[in-house]
Amino acid sequence: MSLTHYLVVSALLFSISVVGIIINRKNVITLLMCIELMLLAVNTNFIAFSRYLNDEVGQIFVFFILTVAAAEAAIGLAILVVLFRTNKKIDVAELKELKG
Amino acid sequence: MTIQAQLLIAVLAPLVGAILAGLLGKRLGKVATHRLTIIGVLISFVISVKWFFSFLWGDATAVDLTIYEWASFGEVTIQVGFLLDSLTSIMMFVVTFVSLMVHIYSIGYMQDDEGYQRFFSYISLFTFSMLMLVMSNNFLQLFFGWEAVGVVSYLLIGFWYQKDTATFANMKAFLVNRVGDFGFLLGIGAIFLLFGTFDYAPIFKTMGLAEELVSLGGQQKVNALALVGLDHKFTVWGGLQWSAISFICICLFIGAMGKSAQVPLHVWLPDSMEGPTPISALIHAATMVTAGVFLVARMSPLFEFSEAALGMVTLVGAITALFMGLVAIVQNDIKRIIAYSTLSQLGYMVVALGVSAYSAAIFHLFTHAFFKALLFLGAGSVIVALHHQQDIRKMGGLYKKLPVTYWCTLIGTLALIGTPLFSGFYSKDTIISAVAAAEGSFSGFAYFSVLAGVLVTAIYSIRLLLIVFHGKTRMEPEQFNHITESPRVITWPLIALAIPSLLAGFVFAKDLLFRSFFSDSITVLEQHDVLSSVQDHFGDAFSFALYGLMSPVFLMLLAGIIIAFVVYGWAPRFITMWAVFLKPVKKLLEKKYFFDEVNQKVFAQGSHWLGQAFWRYGDKAVIDEGIIDGGANALKSIAQKVRKLQTGYLFHYALFMLLGLVAFLAWLLFKG
Repeated sequence: MSLTHYLVVSALLFSISVVGIIINRKNVITLLMCIELMLLAVNTNFIAFSRYLNDEVGQIFVFFILTVAAAEAAIGLAILVVLFRTNKKIDVAELKELKG
Repeated sequence: MTIQAQLLIAVLAPLVGAILAGLLGKRLGKVATHRLTIIGVLISFVISVKWFFSFLWGDATAVDLTIYEWASFGEVTIQVGFLLDSLTSIMMFVVTFVSLMVHIYSIGYMQDDEGYQRFFSYISLFTFSMLMLVMSNNFLQLFFGWEAVGVVSYLLIGFWYQKDTATFANMKAFLVNRVGDFGFLLGIGAIFLLFGTFDYAPIFKTMGLAEELVSLGGQQKVNALALVGLDHKFTVWGGLQWSAISFICICLFIGAMGKSAQVPLHVWLPDSMEGPTPISALIHAATMVTAGVFLVARMSPLFEFSEAALGMVTLVGAITALFMGLVAIVQNDIKRIIAYSTLSQLGYMVVALGVSAYSAAIFHLFTHAFFKALLFLGAGSVIVALHHQQDIRKMGGLYKKLPVTYWCTLIGTLALIGTPLFSGFYSKDTIISAVAAAEGSFSGFAYFSVLAGVLVTAIYSIRLLLIVFHGKTRMEPEQFNHITESPRVITWPLIALAIPSLLAGFVFAKDLLFRSFFSDSITVLEQHDVLSSVQDHFGDAFSFALYGLMSPVFLMLLAGIIIAFVVYGWAPRFITMWAVFLKPVKKLLEKKYFFDEVNQKVFAQGSHWLGQAFWRYGDKAVIDEGIIDGGANALKSIAQKVRKLQTGYLFHYALFMLLGLVAFLAWLLFKG
């Protein structure tokens, strides 16, 4: 499989996640998953280019990103739990406290 | 003692008295306060007498001392210094003598006043300021003294600050003097521009050179000025060019007009009578108001080179001398009559300055200080005896009750109207003869004015005397019988002032006018020397008096006395007659030529409107509503619009982030 295939996959993943973020009005969990998906798309890109250029640095980056993403997911879920405890719901459309 | 020490003591002794009386007055008590301040002034007086007579007898020469250097920048130094010459010495003598008399008099006059200590502090401070003014050797110190006497005058006019009229009067005096002082400041600025220094000495040196070129070298005045490098022109208004010397002189004279209450800046002086009477005698008759006359005489080397300025001086003085005298005829307040008389006499001095008879002006200043202070203090004595009644229509027949006051006032009056042998005769007749000999611009009008002024002076002075002291009293008999002569602290200063009012002319006329007494301080160009023509008639003081008996001046005087006697003494019905015939004239005089109304309408209202306009359209509309409120409102309305972007929905934020990212990427890709 050539580099192009990988890039196409990654672009598809990225697009799915973006669309997920924008059109999702229901669930905050979906939102978090979309962000994770976006990171994975980026990771895929890193690995594809790492192989293509014969440079391992890209793969090391992926490790770091995965670590950070895990920590971020943990924090995100923790916030989500708190949010649910206070609001009794996790509807994105209902969360508009930031409205000016 | 060195000259420097003497001069310092003379100046500082009244200041020390003023400070002690002002700060510790309540603790010292009344007696200690007046003793302290009187001792201070007495010390100055003794030193002044010594110097005056040394100059009179020719034992002293002019001294220019720098006491202290206050600041220097570049080549300019600002210093405190004294110039002691004949002019200074005579001014010091007048100031300290009248001040001493007024200090003593005030013990009686201010006896029961709550502000006793404050009063003594102020008058001592005034003496200090006036001495600083007359003894200065540079323009900045002169200006200091000038403003300091103005401040004390302001404080003393408003001495009874509970009275609304008094606070109004002192505000008026303050504002009118600001107008004059503005001109004075411009003059000092122009002098610095032209000469590059504030000191008198270099200025007089340059002008002395120009004078020598004229008198010895036979140069035209303009050429002489060009030769000493003073032929600059100032652009005054639009493209109008003025010679620098004329500009300086006119500006300085505007300052003098403010202080010496010349038309049209005279309006503050009659109102200043709201202050205590001793103040009217000291500040508003004898000394401070003559500061303008002193200034012009001091600056005679400059004024001699400006025909324009001299013409203006003559015109202003002539108007003041005649028209202010006329107003005095219809006044009914004893102090206001004397105040208008002061205006008129100041006009005489200014006319004398205008025709270059500077020594005659200073001599009239000298004699006028005595007899006018005497008249004011006499009026004060009447006012005290009548328990602060100032309306002459409620007086009459007082000569039996107040004999000392009456005789002293009589001497003062005779001196004022210029009766031969009295002091006023010598000074006034000299001025009139000098004006008659003068050839400058407006000297014809000035001659008419000073001659008619003699008639007017006689009328209002004799009227005052007759209505107050003679005839049947118009007071309640009970009240009238209780009048007693004032205490000795009041009558003694009157007697002490009556003596020089009687004799000063006879004794000093020849020495002060014709013996080159002022040669070290006053410059007169040969073509302006009108006094030398007077000198021809002046054998000695006695023969001059005989000569005076035959002059038109004496006829005017007699006519005035007769008119006054007929109208106010023997046939009081004449008053009602002239009220009918001369009603419009009387109205004009009673309204004082509508100066107050015009000032009130044009300047007071005008500046009120101007202030309103600036407040309404400048401060309120532009600054408040435009810049400050407007800025806030603009921010607020922008914020109202921008806040709509903040929907609070996460996906909207995400979308915008994405769009931003796309935009940045696009920029990165397509920028080239």
